[in-house]
Amino acid sequence: MQAFTTLTGVAAPLPLANIDTDKIIPARFLKTIKRTGLGIHLFDTLRYDGAGQERAEFVLNTEPYRHAEVLIAHENFGCGSSREHAPWALLDFGIRCVIAPSFADIFHTNCFKNGILPVALPREVCDQLMEDARMGGNARITIDLARQVVIRPNGEELPFAIDAFRKNLMLNGLDDIGQTLQQSGSIDAYEGRQRAQASWMPGITVT
Amino acid sequence: MSPSPRTLFDKVWAAHVVEQLPDGTCILYIDRHLVHEVTSPQAFEGLRLAGRRVRRPDATIAVVDHNIPTSDRTQDIAEPESRLQVETLERNVAEFAVPYFPVRDARQGIVHIIGPEQGISLPGFTIVCGDSHTSTHGALGALAFGIGTSEVEHVLATQTLLQKPAKNMLVQVDGALAPGVTAKDVVLAIIGKIGTAGGTGHVIEYAGEVIRAMGMAGRLTICNMSIEAGARAGMIAPDDTTFDYIRGRPYAPQGEAFDHAVEYWRTLPSDPGAHYDRVVHLHADEIAPMVSWGTSPEAVLPITGIVPDPAAVTDEAARAQMVRMLDYMALTPGEKLTDIPVDVVFIGSCTNGRMEDMRAAAAIARGRHVAPGVRAMVVPGSGIVKQQAEAEGLDQVFLDAGFEWREAGCSMCLGMNPDKLTPGQRCASTSNRNFEGRQGPGGRTHLLSPAMAAAAAVTGRLTDVRGLV
Repeated sequence: MQAFTTLTGVAAPLPLANIDTDKIIPARFLKTIKRTGLGIHLFDTLRYDGAGQERAEFVLNTEPYRHAEVLIAHENFGCGSSREHAPWALLDFGIRCVIAPSFADIFHTNCFKNGILPVALPREVCDQLMEDARMGGNARITIDLARQVVIRPNGEELPFAIDAFRKNLMLNGLDDIGQTLQQSGSIDAYEGRQRAQASWMPGITVT
Repeated sequence: MSPSPRTLFDKVWAAHVVEQLPDGTCILYIDRHLVHEVTSPQAFEGLRLAGRRVRRPDATIAVVDHNIPTSDRTQDIAEPESRLQVETLERNVAEFAVPYFPVRDARQGIVHIIGPEQGISLPGFTIVCGDSHTSTHGALGALAFGIGTSEVEHVLATQTLLQKPAKNMLVQVDGALAPGVTAKDVVLAIIGKIGTAGGTGHVIEYAGEVIRAMGMAGRLTICNMSIEAGARAGMIAPDDTTFDYIRGRPYAPQGEAFDHAVEYWRTLPSDPGAHYDRVVHLHADEIAPMVSWGTSPEAVLPITGIVPDPAAVTDEAARAQMVRMLDYMALTPGEKLTDIPVDVVFIGSCTNGRMEDMRAAAAIARGRHVAPGVRAMVVPGSGIVKQQAEAEGLDQVFLDAGFEWREAGCSMCLGMNPDKLTPGQRCASTSNRNFEGRQGPGGRTHLLSPAMAAAAAVTGRLTDVRGLV
């Protein structure tokens, strides 16, 4: 995973609530066996018309937002399915940070696994950032993960909360499977206890 | 001093903590991992690249469901990308020795149907799958939740997940459901009440007289849609209904082992006085057959209602969202829901693809006929459901009434296989999501129960099933 330290970039305003994972990437694009290449399908139905042509009015089809690295949205971003294709599509497009008042749980976790920082800030703060984002390319927003602040174009710093464990993984771009495998002894011990205490528990074999 | 009272969730969680890290993050042990073709290829690839193995193949089961056609199973999959995903899964399960139900095995089916059906999903277990509707299995008293592909890889490699405990939420439904009102209506009413983010950060425990009186099929339907309320998981305390359901299933403990298991399972229900961070009450009298009118599962109304009017909404953002939903759904404020015509009816999915759902739909279809111009399809949730329905003659009931009777799979719930809506088509669907384009680009979805879907099929419009029974 790519580490996330600080990011300064164009932020795209997407003033919608309940942006679901089908909206981020429809199911018909999940037939891949790779993690990459999904950026062209990001927000497919918002971004393209029935003939596959770009909808001129959609924010990511306009300059400078074609190069956005930050998205600003409303409540419950990423609700719906567990598809990690949603953060993969965002990342492939170039989005490294989503700022919204709230996130759906599974999407929120999936972001951290892919070096995308989900930042939850109160609705009124998001509305301010939405206005900043509307100013376009001269209004870059900075996210400093180590200091846990979003910095507005006018220099105002907006603190945000983040889970300490996830922050550390993100800052250092760590592989959490490797981290967990360092605890293999504890997992072995747990399995030993389970075998002793729940001997009724069957294993699965298919015949 | 006696230990403080705990919820069902608290107990299952505590029983699976391998280690707690200083910041409160836990390494949580996973008892059952369900794997399907769409969210696993990148996870197996990750294992391969890192030279890692699957830690517990005997706690893992793989099946194909999302991509596969529900038509003729004797043919290979025509769509090259879908075929590649299925073939990739088959290569992976062979390479990593993961137990697998292939497409031509009768035990194949939607992953959330076959887990309970085979006795693979059991009370007190932690169960995960790269699919948000894993919440289904919570109906057995398990802690079951959906995960992304990176977490699928994490579970394959370590049999654990890094998690922080969720908050507890109680949804209590008392009273007795009126005839024609089903589990699907209950869960749609709950989501309508608390909203699609109402359960965010929480595990919902469903309790009350309505839940206790409900069979396993209904309980599975309710827990299935917990994710539509934003909850991490849904759970129902195991009881004799649960144990009777599990007894004798192929992968459940048998004989004396089953008795030992039941002894443990009886300790799982929440203790009296256990703390819930949030409590919501519904009464059965408030719940009528429900139908969704918008593109969010919280946009639901009783079938007796009318399409809502954005002009009556004061919050600007909420009004704009309603305008957008009505525009997408091509509905007019004030229109009676029962005046809305449908083009397609879909009966199936992990929400409503079980035997009881087939029976409920067949009871309405029997002796009637699908309305002219309507395409109605019934997709059983598993090969076993299909076999049993055919043994009861339900396939013939559906075929005589002009419904299609198909093979098991996810099908038109999400349109990854050829079963999808065309732009502008309107569908009465027993599935779980009515998002824009969910069942096919430009398709319009109305969520409802199997009986309500069958009623829509035979009348050609959204219909109050209570007038047909």
